[in-house]
Amino acid sequence: MAEPSAPVIELTEVCREFPAQPPVRALDRVTLRVDRGDYLAIAGPSGSGKSTLLNVLGLLDRPSSGSYRLDGAETTALRDGARTRLRGNRIGFVFQSFHLLSHRSVVENVMLAEIYRGQRRGGRRERALAALERVGLGHRVGFRPDLLSGGERQRAAIARALMGEPSLLLCDEPTGNLDSRNTEAVLDLFDELRGQGLTIVVITHEQEVGARAERRVRITDGALVEED
Amino acid sequence: MHVHDLIGEALAGMLAKPVRSALTTLGTVLGITTLVVTVGVAATAGNQIVGRFDELVATAITVEVPESEHTPLVEWDAVDRVTRLRGVESAAAVAESKDSTNLSVRSNDIVDPTRVTTQSMTVLTATVGLPEAARGRMVQGRFYDTGHIRRGDRVAVIGDRAAQQLGITRLDRSPAIFIGKHAYTVIGIIGDLRRERNLSTAVIVPPTVGRRFGLRDVTRVLVNTSLGAADLIARQAPAALSPGNGDMLQVVAPPSPTRARDKAQDDVNALFLILGLVSLVVGAVGIANVTLVTVMERVPEIGLRRSLGAARRHIAAQFLLESTLIGLTGGVIGAGVGVVTVVAVSAAKQWTPLLDVRLAIAAPIAGAVVGLLAGLYPALRAARMEPVDALR
Repeated sequence: MAEPSAPVIELTEVCREFPAQPPVRALDRVTLRVDRGDYLAIAGPSGSGKSTLLNVLGLLDRPSSGSYRLDGAETTALRDGARTRLRGNRIGFVFQSFHLLSHRSVVENVMLAEIYRGQRRGGRRERALAALERVGLGHRVGFRPDLLSGGERQRAAIARALMGEPSLLLCDEPTGNLDSRNTEAVLDLFDELRGQGLTIVVITHEQEVGARAERRVRITDGALVEED
Repeated sequence: MHVHDLIGEALAGMLAKPVRSALTTLGTVLGITTLVVTVGVAATAGNQIVGRFDELVATAITVEVPESEHTPLVEWDAVDRVTRLRGVESAAAVAESKDSTNLSVRSNDIVDPTRVTTQSMTVLTATVGLPEAARGRMVQGRFYDTGHIRRGDRVAVIGDRAAQQLGITRLDRSPAIFIGKHAYTVIGIIGDLRRERNLSTAVIVPPTVGRRFGLRDVTRVLVNTSLGAADLIARQAPAALSPGNGDMLQVVAPPSPTRARDKAQDDVNALFLILGLVSLVVGAVGIANVTLVTVMERVPEIGLRRSLGAARRHIAAQFLLESTLIGLTGGVIGAGVGVVTVVAVSAAKQWTPLLDVRLAIAAPIAGAVVGLLAGLYPALRAARMEPVDALR
């Protein structure tokens, strides 16, 4: 299990190059430490390497060089299967386009988070209902996602990410498809979750979202700069 | 991943687009239906031919009586002893000889140079039970009885084809036929024969009359038994007919007349089997095609599942199971439609439907295998997808 003292994320000199002529360096010697309970916003213009950083953090992509420790464990040397398991168990993803399955009810979408974890099936619905309750969607459990507002959909996706108590909530432009009122509701929810001790990393180019985080970093041309 | 979860996800994926899934199964349904109908109807029809054939074989016994120089092996009244055996439905003794197969028979004595009035016919003699023993019926008039035989009346019963050739259509004026120089009154026309069909072109006279044509001794005994009694009767009949010389009699069953038809049936079956297999291949291509389209459409879903911790094999297993389920559904529907069709065809033809239980089980499995094979490539494509690309 996770060492309680270790930082959740520890990136050291991480580079990611894409083969091209000449090679594109999307991440340039990125060093980043995120501790338990941190609320970090990563900002930057499009093409700056935000998505690449998110993919590396989410174990969806492998850095070309450098070290990435998640909960104190080195991940760059892990094989595909181990990375997949780690991803499923430790990281909750929140996407800009929600990625809810339209033909399944909200609670079924949330329950989906557990099926690849080898967890016991009993009580899964109860856990999903509790997660939905936690994001304030207890009144929408049987609805199809397409009947929900954008904010409600994103909250359902957050509930799915919260299943199984992840070490890290990794959010990719979580308010990109939301109006200002719904954005506000989602950001309030992040504050609340942060208050409960969750580690949150949000990637965004919106000023407002970044302003709500307690810590901000900016990425430009693959290089990371701490703000403030 | 739990098996229940895998099945649940595959089912949900299949039912997400129910109309598309239904249309996708169509090819498999057609293929499996064709196969089940072909095999089922062939088995049913085959059984029918064999069944009809069996009914005749199982109940028909012919006892051939060899010629004997001294006393006849079988007396004319011996047939009564056979009739008394339990299990015998009807029996008749028949006398036929080479000399009597080509006698000239005509229906009047007028010499008409413009017409062929004289026919060449077989004359034979038989005991009174012949209409039943030959499984025919009297089309007109009646068969002679023991009275005719005892008195030696010059009467004759002719077969329906013989009546046609001789131009005899009605018996109310007691028409006569001439066999050689002598006239005989026609008292009956025998037809609809299911055994001894050659009797329809023959002239049958009482045994006492037949002596004039050299038909002295019994040459053959026709026996019909009730179903299941043939074996027993075949053993008992020689002893009953000729108590002292039973061993010299030959008991025979009629030869099979259905081989040629079986062959034709086989050719037709092979054609339909090929048709069914082709439909199955087309169905498989259809499933592969649609599953591939589905995979491409569900790229974000694949990305999501990978982000939730799904390994490549989980993705592959889900799509493989979905296509297998589609194939299985097609197989189940196809087997059902096929079985109903076989029963309907049987009902229309008044056959007894014959369905192998193994066929009913194998058909859905065949459908599932088709779905499984068709899903291999799309599932592989889905599993190979990089989560980063899938989430883009």
